[in-house]
Amino acid sequence: MAKHVVAAIAELAPGGVKVVTVNGREIGLFNLGGDYFALLNRCPHAGAALCDGQVMGLALSDEPGTYRLDRPGEMIRCPWHGWEYDIRTGQSWCDPRKVRVPRFDVARETGAEIVKGPYIAETFPVMIEHDYLVVDM
Amino acid sequence: MTTTTLDRQADAQTRLTVIDCDIHPTLRGGLDNLLPYLPTRWHEHLRLYGPLMHQALAKTLSYPRMQPGLARLDAWPPEGGVPGSNLAFMRRQHLDPNGVEFGMLQPLGPGPMQRNLDFGAAICTAFNEWQRAEWTGQDQRLRGAVVIIPDDVEAAIAEIRRVGADRSFAQIAFPPRTAEPPGHRRYWPIYEAAAEYDLPIGMHVSGFNGHTLTGGGWPSFYIEDHFSNVQVMQSVITSFVLEGVFERFPTLKVVLIEGGFGWVPALTWRLDKHWARMRSEVPRVKRPPSEYIKSNIWFTTQPIEEPENPRDLLHLIDWIGWDRLLFSTDYPHWDFDDPKYVFKVRLTEAQKAQLFRGNARHVYSRLG
Amino acid sequence: MCVDIRPYRPIDCDIHPAVPDFGALVPYLDDYWREAARTRGFDRLNLDLTSYPPEAPLSARPDWRPATGNPGSDFGALQAQALDHFGARFAICNVIHAAQTLFNADMAAAFCRAINDWQAASLLDRDPRLRASIVIPWQDVTLAVAEIERRAADRRFVQVLMLAQQEAPHGKRQFWPIYDAAQRHDMPIGIHAGSAYRHAPTPTGWSSSYLADYVAYGNAFEPALLSLIVEGVFVKFPALKVVLLESGVSWLPAFLWRANKTWRGVRSETPWVNRPPADYVRDHVRLTIQPLDAPPDPDLLETLVEQLGSDEMLLFSTDYPHWHFDGDDVLPAAFARDLAPKILFENALATYPRLN
Repeated sequence: MAKHVVAAIAELAPGGVKVVTVNGREIGLFNLGGDYFALLNRCPHAGAALCDGQVMGLALSDEPGTYRLDRPGEMIRCPWHGWEYDIRTGQSWCDPRKVRVPRFDVARETGAEIVKGPYIAETFPVMIEHDYLVVDM
Repeated sequence: MTTTTLDRQADAQTRLTVIDCDIHPTLRGGLDNLLPYLPTRWHEHLRLYGPLMHQALAKTLSYPRMQPGLARLDAWPPEGGVPGSNLAFMRRQHLDPNGVEFGMLQPLGPGPMQRNLDFGAAICTAFNEWQRAEWTGQDQRLRGAVVIIPDDVEAAIAEIRRVGADRSFAQIAFPPRTAEPPGHRRYWPIYEAAAEYDLPIGMHVSGFNGHTLTGGGWPSFYIEDHFSNVQVMQSVITSFVLEGVFERFPTLKVVLIEGGFGWVPALTWRLDKHWARMRSEVPRVKRPPSEYIKSNIWFTTQPIEEPENPRDLLHLIDWIGWDRLLFSTDYPHWDFDDPKYVFKVRLTEAQKAQLFRGNARHVYSRLG
Repeated sequence: MCVDIRPYRPIDCDIHPAVPDFGALVPYLDDYWREAARTRGFDRLNLDLTSYPPEAPLSARPDWRPATGNPGSDFGALQAQALDHFGARFAICNVIHAAQTLFNADMAAAFCRAINDWQAASLLDRDPRLRASIVIPWQDVTLAVAEIERRAADRRFVQVLMLAQQEAPHGKRQFWPIYDAAQRHDMPIGIHAGSAYRHAPTPTGWSSSYLADYVAYGNAFEPALLSLIVEGVFVKFPALKVVLLESGVSWLPAFLWRANKTWRGVRSETPWVNRPPADYVRDHVRLTIQPLDAPPDPDLLETLVEQLGSDEMLLFSTDYPHWHFDGDDVLPAAFARDLAPKILFENALATYPRLN
């Protein structure tokens, strides 16, 4: 495991998705109201680029014929077969115990901290005045 | 068992080649794109009256899908147009990276479903010309399907005779939902022509014929519409077999496309069991139904069955026959099967060769 | 070699006594309908069903076909052949009748009421082993509920009967008052093979043979069951059980796999379905074993049982007098090996609380 700088915070607005490549693996970065998450960009079901899918809320219902939209913007729906994944946990909604997208810890680090310490900076220029997203993988 | 990563890396690396038995070329912007191929007599008709089908919505499927254009979200060409409408993008996204050696086209146009039979026949002809001009004529890997309107038998046969010798067409596109079940004798002249040209009948789920989606009435939700494709295919097989089509046309080949195949063994067993008891009602049927199914009918693999125990897929195929299945992707639709990941159980090299290529070569005589 | 089921005192969950003729129902009609029957000549109507032509081979095993009258109309033969011969503890009567197909809902209701009265007097009163399904006029839900309420106090009525193909899919909300009544009275819904022929029996239209229709009757259980699941019937009625009668059985595993697979991708259209469809089926749905659409291959049958994924789903039945097996070969050895008590009586006792 190593830490990789993957994006400047300014590049990922709330509700946005940004796909980056780290060591040959594509990951999708998500900004949920200032909390950051990263998921492997591959659906464990059948290999689609998961982060090309639609970011959605979670449709729930306790009573047939009623509909409730919960957790707006916190689910990603696979662009192929439509499986829904919780961006926060990577778990598939329909089969949470058995199907999960690998997720990676994301931290925001200020530029000053990155310059010190054993971090691997990728292709982004290190600028002290900007905040960065750092992925541990 | 937690699935966190896919483990089918090996196939991706050994450069798998496939014959994709279900690809959907799509008109870029609707029927207006067909005008160059449609006689001018129909241009005003199309503009003023448009399609006339057995449903309330004139230009949209009755059960709206979960994703726009029925398609995978990543299949919208950056150049513009709807999924499946751009050959260059189809090559980049699918034909080239997925090792497609041959791709069997299934254009799902409204021609076969028109209540105005003359209009429908004209649309079918236009689709066939469109295939030649913009698809099979542009990429040697692609093979077209002769689109016909079966409920106008004369027009259908005329169209088969018009283009049947063109080897860029590898099968006849016959919608499984027609006014009567497809095994009925009114359609037999079409099968006679198909057998004469050695063109399989490719039945892709589609079509509206005015009958309810299920024998018990109209369901509410898209999942039920999607599932009804199974009952369509079950009744297609029952009709072909019990009407004696394969006794009359023993060389006729029928390919059932996009209906899945998990239901095939149970239907086969049911047909055999009850035919044994009541065969006197259908004297044209000389052999057990399973014999016809195992000699004249094939199934494409998409949407692949996903048994709870993946090894049950092997049981399914053992029961159906390893020579019966034809790999397909259904590109660019949402329930697309990627050849690298489609089989979640280990197959032998011989089995893969059969499913991905060998069986298709046996069924379609116009490859290579 | 047949499994000897008699020591288990099995519960037969699907037998078909027949109303011998319309005259048998007349005593149970009210003044209006009795007069209508007389003046309109109902007793001269041939009420044979397209779904079960009386002379068709399937409708009666040769040794179960009465010398006169329709299959199932000879009560003494039914007792000897279905009950005595198999050592039945109980047998549940599923009467299939024209009343279930009529367009005039009031007429259907009057006939159903008479049929249920006839069942009580001519079947249930005459043999303590018999139990019955309530025949309902599904054509009018209010009248159907009234008929259920009318029978509820007689605990020998253990199930509410519907056909596999009616006017609208079974899960539709318009039918929910029927499920509410059934659940309140601890009765499963029994869905039996057959069609009211409101529509072509298949989505490709009207076939030209009874055999093709009969094959389609099996296929018809799939959209019926899917409708119950996705409309949320098992969410709304968590105690409800549904029994699929004369369905063929072997279609179910592939149905479960496909339902689960597709649901994962389209879940948000029916968000009240919050468990995989197969889970609802294993909890709420049972199937009678005859006919069993499968070759007599022990390995294959064992695989099928495993794929069902539950010990509790299969219910013993003979489907008397329909012809689905010969001699005593009613329970495949592969089913009997570990599951005999469950299939032969335990599952039925759990499914039909009113048997206790």
